[in-house]
Amino acid sequence: MINELLFMNGHGVYVLSAFSFTLLSFTALYLVIKIQFIKEQSKFVAKFGYLNTDQANSAKSQRINKEILANVTNN
Amino acid sequence: MFKLFQPNKIFQITSKAPKYVLFLFIVVLSVGLTEALVLSPEDYKQSDAVRIMYVHVPAAWISLGIFSSITLLSTSGFIFKNKNFFLIAKSLAPSGFVFNIIALVTGSIWGKPTWGTWWAWDARITSMLILALFYAMYLISWRIYENEEKVFKISAIITILGIINVPIIKFSVDWWNTLHQPASINILSKSSIHSSMLFPLLIMTAAFALFSLLIFLMKYNIELIKIKNKGLDRL
Repeated sequence: MINELLFMNGHGVYVLSAFSFTLLSFTALYLVIKIQFIKEQSKFVAKFGYLNTDQANSAKSQRINKEILANVTNN
Repeated sequence: MFKLFQPNKIFQITSKAPKYVLFLFIVVLSVGLTEALVLSPEDYKQSDAVRIMYVHVPAAWISLGIFSSITLLSTSGFIFKNKNFFLIAKSLAPSGFVFNIIALVTGSIWGKPTWGTWWAWDARITSMLILALFYAMYLISWRIYENEEKVFKISAIITILGIINVPIIKFSVDWWNTLHQPASINILSKSSIHSSMLFPLLIMTAAFALFSLLIFLMKYNIELIKIKNKGLDRL
């Protein structure tokens, strides 16, 4: 059964390499985007840490900034 | 209506949605892979090589769909002077490009057992390659130009020029003698593909669409955080 599934009447090498290439591309793209996301998030937190109290309060008044910080804490 | 497209409102959804979309994608992809590799029948002519269709066709469909959406968003961005349309378009591009590459590579792999060659300068393959070049130019334009107005204009011009190629890809099999067969799936008339093959094809298309949605959401969040990072610099 497993041999049949892998051999696929002699087409296994083509079928499985096409599927493997697709799944590898998905994984690579997901990881690249995830790494970019983590980098930008860390940059944001680092910059936020340098703000004085007034600047931090002003930044926190924006909903997106609050959401970004909340996401970092949740992750 | 455009208030709905304000980053503040969109971020509330896009920041939470990726984990649910990822879960749904894994479930749908697992069902799709089982159907495509195990349950679906082999073709009477192509035998098991036909299974490559389950990754090749959805990838091609989605790359074409994304490029059309990017063009629509870029032109709408200009007409309605809405910067967010450009951001959405930019966030869609990476998955569209990767799907285009997947369509080309899996098509090449499929070509060897069915046509006896890895590559042919056939109308559809060549026009898909041209689409990949337009995707590449679009992505590069966002990297090269730092001036916002300039990048909006240049990226929109690239998509408008590139969209001319989309109907060529679609109708190339009807207009020229190509190695590709005419379309088996028609929305307006009866499809010539059997339901035992159509069902896995649609599931795989749904899985691929979910993946592009996932990448779009993550990329869009990155773009918004980048803007907010610049905002913190100005404080």
